[in-house]
Amino acid sequence: MSEERRIRVLVAKPGLDGHDRGAKVVARALRDAGMEVIYTGLRQTPEMIAEAALQEDVDVVGLSILSGAHLALLPRITELLRKNGMADVLVIAGGIIPDEDVPALEAAGIARVFGPGTPTDEIAAYIRQQVAERRQA
Amino acid sequence: MSQTPGNDIAGWAERLRQGDRRALARAITCVENGEAPAAALLSALYPCGGHAHVIGVTGAPGTGKSTLVNALARAYRRRGLTVGILAVDPSSPFTGGAILGDRLRMRDLAGDAGVFVRSMATRGSTGGLSRMAADAVHLLDAAGYQRIFIETVGAGQDEVEVARLAHTIIVVEAPGLGDDIQAIKAGILETASILVVNKADREGAEQTIASLRMMLDLQHPEQATVSHHGTLMAIAAATPEAPGRWRPPLLAAVATEGRGADEIIDAIEAHRLYLTTTPEGAGLRARRAEIELGHALDEALRHLLAQRVAREEYVRLLEEVIDRRVDPRSAAEQLIRCLCSPGES
Amino acid sequence: MFDEEQLKAIAEARRAWERDVLGPALARAGERRDEFTTVSGRPVERLYTPLDQAGASYLAKIGFPGSYPFTRGVHATMYRGQLWTMRMFAGFGTAEETNARYKYLLEHGETGLSVAFDFPTLYGYDTDDPEAEGEFGKCGVAVSSLADMEVLFDGIPVDRITTSMTINGPAAVIWAMYIVAAERRGIPMAQLGGTIQNDILKEYIAQKSWIFPPRPSMRLIVDTIEFASRNLPRWNPISISGYHIREAGATAAQELAYTLADGFTYVEACLERGLDVDRFAPRLSFFFNAHNDLFEEIAKYRAARRIWARAMRERYGAKNPRSWWLRFHTQTAGCTLTAQQPENNVVRVTLQALAAVLGGTQSLHTNSMDEALALPSEQAVRVALRTQQIIAEESGVTNSVDPLAGSYLIETLTDRLEADAEAIFGEIQALGGVIPAIERGYFQRAIAESAYRYQHEVDCGQRRVVGVNCYQMPGPITIPLLKVDAEGERRQRERLARLRRERDAHAVRQALAALRRAATTSENLMPYILDAVRAYATLGETCRVLRDVFGEYREPSLF
Repeated sequence: MSEERRIRVLVAKPGLDGHDRGAKVVARALRDAGMEVIYTGLRQTPEMIAEAALQEDVDVVGLSILSGAHLALLPRITELLRKNGMADVLVIAGGIIPDEDVPALEAAGIARVFGPGTPTDEIAAYIRQQVAERRQA
Repeated sequence: MSQTPGNDIAGWAERLRQGDRRALARAITCVENGEAPAAALLSALYPCGGHAHVIGVTGAPGTGKSTLVNALARAYRRRGLTVGILAVDPSSPFTGGAILGDRLRMRDLAGDAGVFVRSMATRGSTGGLSRMAADAVHLLDAAGYQRIFIETVGAGQDEVEVARLAHTIIVVEAPGLGDDIQAIKAGILETASILVVNKADREGAEQTIASLRMMLDLQHPEQATVSHHGTLMAIAAATPEAPGRWRPPLLAAVATEGRGADEIIDAIEAHRLYLTTTPEGAGLRARRAEIELGHALDEALRHLLAQRVAREEYVRLLEEVIDRRVDPRSAAEQLIRCLCSPGES
Repeated sequence: MFDEEQLKAIAEARRAWERDVLGPALARAGERRDEFTTVSGRPVERLYTPLDQAGASYLAKIGFPGSYPFTRGVHATMYRGQLWTMRMFAGFGTAEETNARYKYLLEHGETGLSVAFDFPTLYGYDTDDPEAEGEFGKCGVAVSSLADMEVLFDGIPVDRITTSMTINGPAAVIWAMYIVAAERRGIPMAQLGGTIQNDILKEYIAQKSWIFPPRPSMRLIVDTIEFASRNLPRWNPISISGYHIREAGATAAQELAYTLADGFTYVEACLERGLDVDRFAPRLSFFFNAHNDLFEEIAKYRAARRIWARAMRERYGAKNPRSWWLRFHTQTAGCTLTAQQPENNVVRVTLQALAAVLGGTQSLHTNSMDEALALPSEQAVRVALRTQQIIAEESGVTNSVDPLAGSYLIETLTDRLEADAEAIFGEIQALGGVIPAIERGYFQRAIAESAYRYQHEVDCGQRRVVGVNCYQMPGPITIPLLKVDAEGERRQRERLARLRRERDAHAVRQALAALRRAATTSENLMPYILDAVRAYATLGETCRVLRDVFGEYREPSLF
């Protein structure tokens, strides 16, 4: 019996932000959606996140950040992923990120920013669809 | 989805051996998923392996295994050895997903190029430890990591699985987790190469250590124990005239503070020496290879069966077994006959 | 409160009502839901009557305000005597910008100050430390040194106004900076009034801005409590918090129980140090959340007062009535604010603030409507302040003390929350206390569980959130957001660089060395920290010494 290849997701909290309620809820929701979630914990530097993504060979990197430091930290993460040859990993973000900052993040390689109040199954569905597309490519 | 090295197995294998961590990570994914290149990769890399010393770390949940592995890895790094860590966590039987949270306890190791940490979900394998773990260990070995930790789920059946993979098995206990010692309940004390009582600063540690020592004394009556700087060390009976079995040392640790790590490393290295210099050790190596061959054979046979026998045929036979028209053995023999003469059902 | 006869009559009448009035009503049209629950998931009955309070003793359980067991409030006159302090949590960017915001708020009628620090400061890092990269001033003001503190309170009468500082890991150091900044202006520390949050247990449980491991952190906290009890009689050296625990996803009962359990742990730590309970207990203060469910929240505050009073008097043997008082600050629930249709948040905050007032809070912060998006703009924070003022001046709820007392619903909810909390105390005790429970991940797991359940209820529409899963509107959000001055960071770094150049480097080294030595003993560290601050040692430098000696905490992983 062939198994549908599991989706591996890294859920990370970059920077000093300590609010992990959302990240943990999303991690659990993705697990309930059948994905394998590596939760890095708090206080992750961009280097730590990129390295974890590399070693775990994840399909998706999910970044949760509510401290306002997203413009400083998130592009560094996507840049490091590119340097490690992981440019086609799906990178998504959530937390407190004003709409007007989203274009800059998208330009830096964040595929989608999920606003507060996004239902978790919407996130899971998006990941599934995106990963399926990328795997076919 | 990410760049697969494609058909260049030799190139991929070479890059992996040269220390390309992405190649290693991709290879582990490949064997995890049973992708096409997996068999060829493993075949190419198996001869390059056999240098790593593999340490299984098992124990009930709550004993602090991840924190202990973190401390041991740091201790090894201080001694200049490279470390690979395979952290296994259970997949949900309902959704098939998993939260792999062991990495979180190993943040001390982040940024160290001499450490590679990989989280793995059991994906519903019988027993807690996935079959893929064995292959992942071979890959880490081929990549040159000198010490490889496998941290298991600690659900009970793992320990048997780990025995076939690891050279040294550390069983971790902790005080205050219940009246009986978990390891005894699980009956895995016999497989332990080293016993560690973690969280030794907690209340009840004395009793836990005493109970374990009693168990050990029962199993190894010819060897005495001695209290040494607060940790219990076995007096090794390594004299030629009494080449005893390996008696597992019983050590105390407080993993969150790194206390006891060096002593445990010493014990691992002593066990490693024992394995490589004694006939018992060689015997264990041989047995382990045989077990691995056995499992590979089982898997190959099942795979062949799946290819040669139609699903409907299998289901039909299964129903006969359920209805007690055919007994399992006879059903199995019928299936085997299909193997030998494909096309006939 | 009712005699046997009356209760029997009521019970009979109730049965008749159910038969003759309720029954037909239900038959005609059912109810909107099968089950009605509080926000915390606890069932709420259709009706509460004297029968629900049949065995209750007014004197024992409810009593009088300002009198044991203080269910009705810690003061006899409550808001008739003095309104709660309107204390708006604020801070962003540099000390200059925040100083301006404080003056704005004071001008508009706030009656107490509350400082929000940025993440680097919360973790004991200077603005120019590598760990601070990208985080300057984003969710609070950056204070790296005494110089920053002096600018922060420039022109503000700290001898006449109280200041609350939300700081935990490095609380002792920041507090020292406040004290010395006042000292420099000729204000003796005995005159200073205010609060430092300084509650490390809830950091491990919920807010997660810890620095050191539990034991040295508790030592530091007891040092501050001891120092305050001797030198700053008007200061609350700790604000035992449930706000963050609730924000992390806990239920009302969990918020209540975990907070009080933390409180008991601090009391015990102080007693262990040999402090006299009546010397320090009067200055222990609390900080609760004001969530959506109006009645559940009111009941929570009343239950809190009753539980604390009883424990302080019966278990810890406090004799001074002030030791039995649970005084608290409240903040409306940030986690309930939505990014969608932010103006709706004004309404949410109003209801939550009302709960806090009806619950007898001593001090209140109301969130701004745009807080789900970014730091509050001047206009948004003004509306939030006005919310408090309108409740105080126009609604009439301050006319009488604990107005909802005697409500069958409120008293029953209060009793139930008290019972729920007691059950949780039992669980914590079984694990050996709060710190062992933290190590085992007891709180973190329970909170994650509640958070997940709540999210699930929202996702499947069982719990309706206006604008999010009902009454939605498409379209972008157009609220003017606060812009943090980009130049601020550069100016801050310059100030730091200048400070390091101009101060007496030798004095700094000596002071830090003395602190390092003292940290390895069991001496009270406050005098040493004050000396370091006076020499203009920075926050980062001081904390680094403590990090070296105490080590850093590693979070346990658990889900």
